[in-house]
Amino acid sequence: MIELKELTKTYGKEKKVAVDRVSFSVETGELFGLIGPDGAGKTSIFRMLTTLLLPDGGSATVDRNDIVKDYRAIRNSVGYMPGKFSLYQDLTVSENLNFFATVFGTTIDENYELIKDIYVQIEKFSDRRAGKLSGGMKQKLALCCALIHKPKVLFLDEPTTGVDPVSRREFWDMLARLKQQSITILVSTPYMDEANRCDRIALIQEGQILAIDTPGKLTSSYGDALLAVKTKNMYALLKALPSYPSTINSYAFGEYAHVAVRDNRPEALQQWLTGEGFEGTEVIAANVTVEDVFIKLLGKNKTHRAEK
Amino acid sequence: MKQADRHIDSSTTVIEARGLTKKFGDFIATNAITLDVYRGEIFGFLGANGAGKTTAMRMLCGLSVPTSGTATIAGFDVYRQREEIKKNIGYMSQKFSLYDDLTVLENIQFFGGIYGLTNEQIKNKGKDLVTRLGLANEANRLVATLPLGWKQKLAFSVAILHDPQIVFLDEPTGGVDPVTRRQFWELIYSAADSGVTVFVTTHYMDEAEYCNRISIMVDGSIEALDEPSRLKHQFNASSMEEVFYVLARGARRSE
Repeated sequence: MIELKELTKTYGKEKKVAVDRVSFSVETGELFGLIGPDGAGKTSIFRMLTTLLLPDGGSATVDRNDIVKDYRAIRNSVGYMPGKFSLYQDLTVSENLNFFATVFGTTIDENYELIKDIYVQIEKFSDRRAGKLSGGMKQKLALCCALIHKPKVLFLDEPTTGVDPVSRREFWDMLARLKQQSITILVSTPYMDEANRCDRIALIQEGQILAIDTPGKLTSSYGDALLAVKTKNMYALLKALPSYPSTINSYAFGEYAHVAVRDNRPEALQQWLTGEGFEGTEVIAANVTVEDVFIKLLGKNKTHRAEK
Repeated sequence: MKQADRHIDSSTTVIEARGLTKKFGDFIATNAITLDVYRGEIFGFLGANGAGKTTAMRMLCGLSVPTSGTATIAGFDVYRQREEIKKNIGYMSQKFSLYDDLTVLENIQFFGGIYGLTNEQIKNKGKDLVTRLGLANEANRLVATLPLGWKQKLAFSVAILHDPQIVFLDEPTGGVDPVTRRQFWELIYSAADSGVTVFVTTHYMDEAEYCNRISIMVDGSIEALDEPSRLKHQFNASSMEEVFYVLARGARRSE
């Protein structure tokens, strides 16, 4: 449904590379996540795929339409929710929705089924101006407006940034329900823990794709032994772990520290920590997460760049 | 060598709030919150969007006068000594912290000047700071041209340039990669280790775990306050995210 081939975007006179020969494809009905920090190039990719920005190299198609030549067709068949709230602040909730339906030559009634689940949550504010809505409500209205013309593909650029964990979880539940209606969804997020809600993900940093796969396959192919360590003083632990002879990398991870090691025996690390004066430590095998994978790939990428 | 939470000095309370309340008309933004935060502690201040965190923080920073209740910050009263409070705290928010069109050094000079440091102090601290952050070669670069991660580290360091007793961080790590986020937390740990109290809000639940204690606000009130591990135990949850979800999903307010 979406296909990128070596898609490239540069900015300014210095030709600063924002998107660097990015290739991936998204199947029909797939929920695909683009995961990376600010400045990774996520928004530039979204803006090129939604025909708002011209690429400087490579090509891409959305529903077999070329993003440069067939921009009109694409604009009719996709829904786009930009990272920055971009509805009309001085129109009410229902006026915004009506406006977007009319622009796309349809009515709210015609596609109400599609947005019903979401719209009922904001319906009681239908006469409130969009600018006066809370963050969570704005997000729901923006999603309704992006859906009202029944798009084949939905582009969601960081829909959950700055949103609290409860609203984030609810938002992903909504996406799961939309997926059942066989809408293809490309979504970006800086939150690594949201990766598991996607069918497949691409990890992206500084315009380059670091890895593409299902979350499960990415974590199962991590490669190193990963231990989780808990102790009372995390700061002291984090300072000590790099000098453990078997350590490849170590960092804080919630209430634990994660340590990638050459020697995968928890008891060996436990013994070493006791020798270093740590008391009441707990060392167990860690569950590898997408965040661990990202951290490992970032390390590799940096080394690689330094060598160039 | 015994490894304990030796940097927390629970005999010295630097934030003491009792029944602190702020109303806007009929709306109770912050409803009778009570908490003690100790010297050298990293305190996580969590809550759903609209729970009243920002209003509470503004009162604790001396920016907003409470409707009722009492609080002292670094020993100063939130009603009568708000200017003293401002001199003794640092503040960093995700939205605004540094001037993009000033260089690294100019920002340091500007904020040092605001906080009343002498030229000598500014010079020494500035040099020390850029060296410590590895920004010596970037000292004369405009802040706008720095990567976000560096900006955040610089903003934090500038916020504690005047050796405040407390630093307030409002979602300091949004949008950066996981490695940079952890480097930022190393700065926080290091500041706490030297006795600065860190009061931080975040939407990253793993970061909540890095705090010594956290509170969770729902609809204006503090619904839970304890060490992360004890909260997880109390709510029979495997992660802070679950604890948060259990407490906040029934929230009626959202901003």
